[in-house]
Amino acid sequence: MAFLSIDNISKSFGGLSANREITLSIKEHEIVSIIGPNGAGKTTLFNIITGVEPSDSGSVRFAGADITAMATPEIARLGLVRTFQQTKIFRDLTVVEAVMIGHHLHDRTGLLGAFLSNRFAREQRKKKLEIALEILEFIGMADRKDSITQNLPYGEQKLLNIAIALAAKPKLLLMDEPAAGMNPTESMRMMETIRRIKETGITVGLVEHNMRLVMNISERVFVLNYGELIAEGRPEEIRNNQKVVEVYLGRQSRAGA
Amino acid sequence: MSVHKSGITAALFVAVLLLPVVFSEPFYQHIMIAAGINIILAVSLGIIVGYLGELSLSHGAFYGIGAYTSALLMTKLSLPFVLAFPLAIIFTGLMGFLIGIPALRLSGHYFAIATLGFQGIVILLIINMVDLTRGPMGLSGIPSPGAFDLFGITISFQDKIPFYYLTVAVMSVVLLLTRNLIGYKYGQAFIATREDPLLAASIGVKPRKYRMLAFVISTAMAGAAGSLYSHYTLFISPDSFHLGESIYIATMVIIGGRGTILGPLVGAILLTTLPEALRFTGDLQFVLYGLMLMLVVVFMPKGVIGIFDHLKQPRTQQNNHAG
Repeated sequence: MAFLSIDNISKSFGGLSANREITLSIKEHEIVSIIGPNGAGKTTLFNIITGVEPSDSGSVRFAGADITAMATPEIARLGLVRTFQQTKIFRDLTVVEAVMIGHHLHDRTGLLGAFLSNRFAREQRKKKLEIALEILEFIGMADRKDSITQNLPYGEQKLLNIAIALAAKPKLLLMDEPAAGMNPTESMRMMETIRRIKETGITVGLVEHNMRLVMNISERVFVLNYGELIAEGRPEEIRNNQKVVEVYLGRQSRAGA
Repeated sequence: MSVHKSGITAALFVAVLLLPVVFSEPFYQHIMIAAGINIILAVSLGIIVGYLGELSLSHGAFYGIGAYTSALLMTKLSLPFVLAFPLAIIFTGLMGFLIGIPALRLSGHYFAIATLGFQGIVILLIINMVDLTRGPMGLSGIPSPGAFDLFGITISFQDKIPFYYLTVAVMSVVLLLTRNLIGYKYGQAFIATREDPLLAASIGVKPRKYRMLAFVISTAMAGAAGSLYSHYTLFISPDSFHLGESIYIATMVIIGGRGTILGPLVGAILLTTLPEALRFTGDLQFVLYGLMLMLVVVFMPKGVIGIFDHLKQPRTQQNNHAG
């Protein structure tokens, strides 16, 4: 049964069509990657799935619910959370504070409880702190908990972005280029992190350019080019797919001639 | 809160209670009451400016709505203060909600301009609804909150010391509620929408809901300040609530240090007492006053209380709040 199913999604910006009748699905507990050259429509697809942008047509279903017209926070409430290509962290806060905000959906403090600073409010805040520390431990940033987020090195900002998303306790985590701009050591660390996220029972969808990472951890790969889905399959199938090779390397005949 | 910190808070609170006894001249007591009301205004505006990260230029208008509502409820409907006060708060918060619907769709400069427009509208309404507000002539004959008996002694709020304690009580509740609001889920959600609305939404924070909540609470608190003011001065006119007042309150927040509760509090005290302290310089006072404001803005981007931050963590980035 498909966990996330995208059915016939199309989106164009003026004359440029970013997504053309894309249909794909992600099963529960798998790691799926969406690859393609720059401008292929990968981020647009993520934006449509997570309610950041509306699609022109088509539908998105997640965990049995139609989320096509839902707003981002409602989609997050269902357990679908994403990270961003342009690393987003809450600036000006400490790392642990930023991750605590990520747990917002599970903080049941009411307005009155907060105003009165009652026991429930204090317990909820304590629980949120514990979970944030747990996640920082998991992602290997426990020693950074009191750093100001914007002072972190780039690689750790990317990890923090994921930590914030994990704090929301997603069932499906969509990551938009988690390893972009990383050096080989950092991207190895990222790959390990993604693998461990999957082991905790979270389904993972990736948009990524780092082929080593994609081919290593994906169970299935979808290839977009100019807004169209041109191939899908296991990593080794994609590697040997003629269309995909053409998109990335150009036509063999021309190259050989 | 540490024992150390709560000790300081308790000591400060006792000092605040003793102030009118130590400074028994009515002039000083008047300044203390004004400072208390300004603290309510600045701290409440601080929720919008500091935590939502939006500049509202209509706080003076909400202050005025609270003042006129409370005064009219007591003069026209003969309601007692204990009813007029909460009703003024609720009505002002309701107005905040109605204005928030269009204004909070905007952000940054556009939001500031929308609130500026609302500020203008309110003053025009007060001036032109002559039958109700007596227009530019102002409302006079506003009753004071009344009097009550304590161990056989009649305590009247027409006297400065009882009114000072009433102001301190309201101010304390405002400070406490604001601290608790900011300290839990809500404050974190406000900050999340300020720092990054897209990221906030992605982890389930509804930016519209929390921005509205902050705006309504903040404006309702301004209504409380307005009610106190009208039953203290016993006369109100549009002059007290015009754009200048809104800018004055915003200045308190920015001078004191936005993004904290202490900042607006310190800013309110400074801006209430400084002009009085500079009075001996005669005509020079406005020059000195302006100069001080400029120096603070240029050299202390985090406001006056930023100095403490600086002492505590000399290595933190200076430009954290500059943007």
